[in-house]
Amino acid sequence: MSSAAANPQQQLSAALEALLELRGVAKRFGAREVLKNISLNIASGEFLTLLGESGSGKTTVLRLVAGFERPSAGEIWMSGQRLDTLPPYKRRVNTVFQHYALFPHLSVRENVAYGLRVKKTSATEIGGRVDEALRMVKMQEFAASRPSKLSGGQQQRVALARALVNRPLLLLLDEPLSALDANLRKLMQGELKALQRAVGVTFLFVTHDQEEAMALSDRIALLRNGALEQVASPREIYAHPATAYTAQFIGQTNLLRGEIMDGTARCGALQWPAAGPSGAAIFSLRPEVIRLAPDAAAPPGTARFRAALQQQFFGGASELLEVNCGGGQLLRVRISARGPLSGEHDFIFSIADAIRVQE
Amino acid sequence: MYSRAYKTLVSLPPLLWVGLFLLLPYALMFAHSFWAVHDGVLVHQWNLHNYVTLFSKPVYVGVLLRTMRIAASVTLCSLLLGYPLAYYLSFHAGARKELLYQLVIVPLWVSYLVRGYAWKTILGSEGVLNGFLQYLHLTHAPVAFLLYSPFAVVLMLTHIYTPFVFLPIYAALEHIPRPLVEASHDLGAGSLQTFLRIILPLSIPGLLAGATFAFVLSLGDFLAPLLVGGASGTMIANVVQSLFGAAYDWPLGAAISVCILIITISLLFLSERLEKRWSFK
Repeated sequence: MSSAAANPQQQLSAALEALLELRGVAKRFGAREVLKNISLNIASGEFLTLLGESGSGKTTVLRLVAGFERPSAGEIWMSGQRLDTLPPYKRRVNTVFQHYALFPHLSVRENVAYGLRVKKTSATEIGGRVDEALRMVKMQEFAASRPSKLSGGQQQRVALARALVNRPLLLLLDEPLSALDANLRKLMQGELKALQRAVGVTFLFVTHDQEEAMALSDRIALLRNGALEQVASPREIYAHPATAYTAQFIGQTNLLRGEIMDGTARCGALQWPAAGPSGAAIFSLRPEVIRLAPDAAAPPGTARFRAALQQQFFGGASELLEVNCGGGQLLRVRISARGPLSGEHDFIFSIADAIRVQE
Repeated sequence: MYSRAYKTLVSLPPLLWVGLFLLLPYALMFAHSFWAVHDGVLVHQWNLHNYVTLFSKPVYVGVLLRTMRIAASVTLCSLLLGYPLAYYLSFHAGARKELLYQLVIVPLWVSYLVRGYAWKTILGSEGVLNGFLQYLHLTHAPVAFLLYSPFAVVLMLTHIYTPFVFLPIYAALEHIPRPLVEASHDLGAGSLQTFLRIILPLSIPGLLAGATFAFVLSLGDFLAPLLVGGASGTMIANVVQSLFGAAYDWPLGAAISVCILIITISLLFLSERLEKRWSFK
């Protein structure tokens, strides 16, 4: 609040750059509160991912922006225009549906042309733009096919072309890759990202897959029980999770519950110098920031501990160790592959990598 | 999996049933249509005379044409009633859906005859409708065309067959994935365009099934014309009935039945072809 008052100029320019703005949006279905007070800006050209478990409300956000649902409270604005009062067919927003929702009685070409045809675009323009869109997703040769004759990946491309041919300001994608098998999924992630760069359209992407979110997004908005948990770039949210939930949901981590007392953090067998007021504290320590200590030295700014190896999971380039620091405190450590280990070892991590998080 | 004896045993009853009560009667009917009656006695003398009579006497062709006209009117009217009803229930009825569905089905539990007599009471010259019209001083004498006319037959058959038209259309509409409707709106189509371009084409199989029901059932109906049709509302099934009854000309009656059967079978065949053409999986 104070920063906004101090710098109205900055606030204004941020509002101008924002393509989509959710202002205190809430959604209730009967007594069930699905979304609570969501405020979120999406910049023009951004790839923003709504990430969350099933039931977190991420799809509801998408349906509110598309216009399939009306918010119970709050407003949605797009490019300076109130959006939530418009019917879906008047919004410059298009959706790629989870199961593609291609029209089964129309050919691929007719599916892609649908949006232009209902807007009474001239036949020559429809022809040109549909060809261009089909070329963009490499589906020209299937133009005459019915959707039922296509594979999942091909249907996905048609759904993308059908949405993008309308030149939306914002493209909504509702778990578009979830119906594909793992290999195709990776391939389509790459294509999706390349496509977004090529057309420059703002993407609002919904997924429950945190790896996918990290690989694709400019920013991730993590939803938990209908509220925003954290909004940040993938690197930022991974390196500096604000809460224990975020730290655990995004990537793997060791959550250390303990306390800070007189400038020292104590979490079970581990302790290291830490600033901050005394009291209970939770730290997130990623498995890959812990290393096997090369020698007996403990350089300043690092913490050492000794632990017994319990399990070792080989994962190709790296391996995951489960180690016991004593008293049943288990930590996961990720090191580069180096052959079977056993017995007790010294481990070391940089104090700066122990990130203090909220409950 | 199952033994041969078991399979034979299981399939025997239905085969017997179909043979005894469907194929044999049809064969008999078919044979009769090529026989003749001389001096009130049925003679097994193969000839085409019945078919010649049927197509050369204007009275038979006339009744057949009227029957098809009535069946077509019933089909059209029950589609005009049944489709909007099914559409409303499937897309807009919300929580009232189950209740309204039951209300559409309930009339099917009431005997056909009872419903026929109900129409007689409503449409008759001393009936409810005429009484009401005169009470309002809209008419001063009973309106005659209401009862004992093709109009009354169409009205009664529409009342009876609308649920049969409603059901397959409703089923077809319920099977349209709702994301398709959302996708259409998302792509810029309003409600009317979405209906014409997405919902209507995808409901055509149900529409065809309903129309076929209404047409075929009306074509062979004989109680509605008997109860409310009068002389001007006589349909082909009534002619068949009288030929098999008082007139005692089974061969001619059989020839007409064969004609109706051929019309019905070609319609069912056509409708199935069209339904296949319009179903997408």
